[in-house]
Formats: sequence, C-alpha cells, structure tokens
Amino acid sequence: MAKVVSQDVKKYFGEIRALDGVSIEIEDGAFVVLLGPSGCGKTTFMRCISGLEELTDGKIYFDDKEVGRLQPKDRNVAMVFQSYAVWPHMKVRENIAYPLKLKRFSKEEIEQKVKWAADLLNISELLSRYPSQLSGGQRQRVAVARAIVHRPEVLLMDEPLSNLDALLRVKMRSELKKLHEQLKVTTIYVTHDQVEAMTMGDKIAVMNGGRIIQYGTPEEIYKKPATAFVAGFIGSPQMNFFKCDVVEENGQQYAKFEHIRFKIPSRINNRSVIVGIRPEDVSLELRKDRDSIGLEATVYFIERLMPETILHLDVGNAKSRITAKLPNDLVLPEGKKIEVFVSTESLHFFDAETEERIL
Amino acid sequence: MKIIYPLLFILIACFFLGPMFLAFVASITPASEFYDYSHIFPSRLTFEHINKLLFTLGGFRALIVSIEVALISIGISFALGIPAGYAIARYTFRGKDGVKLAMLFTRSLPLIVVAVSLVTVYMRLNLTDTALGVALAHAAMILPFVVIFTSSIFSSTFIEYEEAGMVFGLTRFGAFLRISLPLALPGLAASAIYGFIMSWNETFAASILSIQNRTLPAHILATAMASPDYFKYAMATVMAIPALIFIFIIRKYLISIWGISLK
Repeated sequence: MAKVVSQDVKKYFGEIRALDGVSIEIEDGAFVVLLGPSGCGKTTFMRCISGLEELTDGKIYFDDKEVGRLQPKDRNVAMVFQSYAVWPHMKVRENIAYPLKLKRFSKEEIEQKVKWAADLLNISELLSRYPSQLSGGQRQRVAVARAIVHRPEVLLMDEPLSNLDALLRVKMRSELKKLHEQLKVTTIYVTHDQVEAMTMGDKIAVMNGGRIIQYGTPEEIYKKPATAFVAGFIGSPQMNFFKCDVVEENGQQYAKFEHIRFKIPSRINNRSVIVGIRPEDVSLELRKDRDSIGLEATVYFIERLMPETILHLDVGNAKSRITAKLPNDLVLPEGKKIEVFVSTESLHFFDAETEERIL
Repeated sequence: MKIIYPLLFILIACFFLGPMFLAFVASITPASEFYDYSHIFPSRLTFEHINKLLFTLGGFRALIVSIEVALISIGISFALGIPAGYAIARYTFRGKDGVKLAMLFTRSLPLIVVAVSLVTVYMRLNLTDTALGVALAHAAMILPFVVIFTSSIFSSTFIEYEEAGMVFGLTRFGAFLRISLPLALPGLAASAIYGFIMSWNETFAASILSIQNRTLPAHILATAMASPDYFKYAMATVMAIPALIFIFIIRKYLISIWGISLK
C-alpha cells in the first residue's frame, strides 16, 4: 500500500504527445478512476506507472521512493489487463502462484496465499483447470486473484470489465469495489465508461489530450465540472450548451442566446460565455420558490425509457436542439409547443474562449 | 456424405503412402525374386539389402552424419532465427521490411553458385568434409524460414502475456523465455520439422562440401548409380524411416498442448 505521486509526467511517441505533463497525488488506499475518451492518454499513464512504458520526462513516486526509472518487476505493482492476459499454458493454480514463485515465497506460503486469493474470488473449484476451459468472467476473476495474491503496493486495472457482458459487468463492479474495501490497496482504474467511474471511484481524474483536466470526487465532477469538456463528458444525456454574449440591463448581467436571457448570479468580466444546462435540470413545471427561466420549445422527438422520458426539443430561432430528462413517463405529440423551465442556480457558466468554469 | 468422406481419406492416404509402401516392400524383397513379375509380394522377406547398405557400404555412418548435420543446422538456425523472428514481430525499426524481403532473396540464389565459393572458404577455415561445414550451409538455407515462421508465431501471441509476466516479476528476457517461448512451442515444432526435412533431403551442397563424411543423401547419390535396383529401394527405406521417426517425436508439440489456438 502506497501513496502514488506523479510529477509532470511526459510521454512522447515520436511527434505524438501521449502524456503532456501529468501531475496527480493519489492517497494511500484510494480507489482512483482515470476517465477519458479513447486516445486521451489514460492507458499510457497507467502503463507509465506500471513501468511497461518508459517516461520521456517527469517523476513517479510510490510513497517517498522514486520508481519512474525502475523495471516493472522492481515496482511491486500488479495489473489486471483488458484481455486478462491469463497465461494459457499454465493452469489457474500456476497462474495465481506465479507472482509468488518469482518473489521466492516458500511452497507452503504459496499454497496458503493461492488458497486465500482463490477463496476471496470464488474460484477455488477452478484451480486445476486451464484458462481455455474458463468463461470470460472466470478468467477475469483469475486475473484479479493473480494481481492481489502478493499484496502489491499499487493495483492497476486497465478497463477490466469492458469485455464482459452487461449483467456480469454490473455484478463485477460491486465485487471489485467490495474487494478494494477489504484489501485497501491503492487502486488505479482506467475506464472510458462514466457509469463505472461514478460508481466505483473514490476520486475521478478526468483526462483529455494527455492531461488531467479535473481531479475530484464523483460528486464534485458532476456538480462542478472544471471545464466544458468535463461537463459534456460526464452525464447522460450530454449537457446542453449555449454560446452566449454577456449583456447588462439595469445593473444585472445576462447571458444572451437569441431572445433567451440567462441571469448571471454574480458579476463576471467575460464578454462571452458558454451556458451549460444538464438535461435532468430541465423541468416541465415552474417552481415558484426558485428563480427560474422559461424556454419556449417545440417537441422534436420523445424517448420513453420507462419510467424516465427524454425529450428532444427545439428552442430559439436557429433551431438549437436541447435534451431534457424527466423522471416520469410522459406522452407528448411531436411538434407540440411547450414551455420548459430551468432554475438559475442549476446553470453552469464557462468561459467561451478557454472553456474553463467561471461560475 | 458419410461414405464419401472416409473413402476420400483412404484414397488420399493411398496416394501418399502407396509408393512408400511399395518401395518398402521392394527393399525387403530377395534379389532372386525382384524381377519376377508374376506376383507383387515376395514369398519371403529379407533385410539383406538394408543390412548390406548400412553396414557394408557405409550407410550407417552416413546416416549418423545426416542426423548430426540436421540437428546442428536446426540448432544454429533456431539460435539465430528465433531472436530475429521475435525482433521482427515485436519491434519496429528502420529497414524492417527490407530485412524481411532480403531474407527471401537467399532462396533465389542457386545453391550451386554458393557451394563452389563455399568450398574455397571452407578450405581456408578447415571446414571441408566436416558435419559442421555442411550444417552451416544448411542453416543458411533454413534460417530465413525460421525467422519468417517464428515472427508470425510471435506476432500472433498477445503481447499482454509478456507484459503481465514483466509486471509480476520477470525481466523482459525472462518474459520471452518463460512466457512467449512456451506459447510458441507448437510453431517452433513445425519449424523444426521443416528444417529437419530441408537438411535431410539436401543433396547438392552436401555432395560438394564433403568427401569422406557424407550425409546419407550425398552418400546414396554417390553409390546409387552403380547399385542394383533393389539397393535403390533399400536406400529409399533407409532415407524415409529416420525422417518419419523424427516427425513422430515432434508431432506431439504440433498439436497445441493446451487445447486452444494461441489467440
């Protein structure tokens, strides 16, 4: 178990900057998710931590020990690969025992630890099988057992659930989380699936373009996204964005999109902003106790998910399309004109140039 | 369909095994009955020709030289070819395609051109008439195939198997030795068979590069023309049996041991 610190880690593949200065501090025993679209550098960063990829520049520490230039075998890390990488020429028992064998544990200790790990992951009856005789889910369990058996300081998981079917994925999600609570090993988990990130991570590091854009708890990331990118990446359906000019009337600033005016709660110096509205913050009823804005909209398309409903709405003259997510089932004819409401406090404001959060 | 398939298999088997069988029968037919066409199978069988060929005419010694040459040439071409195949599969480097292409060029060069100049080089190095000398020539012939075979084997095994090995405590070389090599075993077995047969059957270079210590085919070539026909069949049998035994031994590695393809 160790604290993991990365200082300005850079990794270039020729001209391509896969990692462009990644700095992060991961607390001892935390479960941290690296989240981002494909090509954002999350897997490369994980591989740098494991030692499978050499750093171009920067430093990585486990506690106070610098490990950035060490071979993977000298780092005391373990990894669960996307393809599981359970060695096909060894039986399950040998697979799990191998890390211990390489670390020169005694026969009795190996036996005892293999049994412990196998029991923990419910694969005791599979120990004398070959991986080819296992299902994908079972192979996954073997891969996890192999990764935890020698009690590594840092456990790395590279999209471990992406090859499982949807039902199994949900089941494994909670199991992996419970396992972490039991073992308390510092875990870094790579995924592009925001649901996995939100449900599993103590903290999430959202990555894009070889950098960490935001590092915080799932709640912070959802409620206070640091940039428009994070805001758009987290949440489903995607956040609605309006590019607005800032206008002032009677001492009150508004973000103006065509004839729609969003009230800006406190004073800003920007001349244009991006206003973000989460679909789940759009409501059909006007709440009197809140400061709200009404939008005139035409129903374009309606998705009845049971029990939720997702409305695709046209607002404004330029036919800007927004989505609204409503908690109840609803039937509306397409083309119907309605009015929807958004409370002022649920609005997100980003700078139009830098896309960074203002309010 | 149920009858056609077995029939087809029997037919194909006869096509390949028939001549071998007839050659074998001819090799154990007594000389007196050999030209008697009234019956196919002889009234009695004799190992006289094979015996004579092996122990009187120096066939046994040639057989040993042949096995020696085949094993040394497989050894040399594996020692050089497996790392080369691995490098081509795993790394990108400048001129990689050129290297792959150039290796095939060695096949377009007629062996006769190479062999004559090899003799002069061998004379200087004191390699003429040695098993090692012939094996070196054979290794040159086998090596490109080993490189091409193994590179395709290694590129079809997941790199993540090796990476897992490295994460769990192996060096890069250790991961190659303990993970990739065992996984490549069936492919290596196929390469070994191929290399063995190439060396076993190669007559020309062996004839030129050796005089006393000839390999079996070179020895047979030198003596066959002057021998009676039943001796020629005895030679065919002596040529075929060790090759069959070798393939039989290696065969078990060919069938993937873990009951799966390597993917």
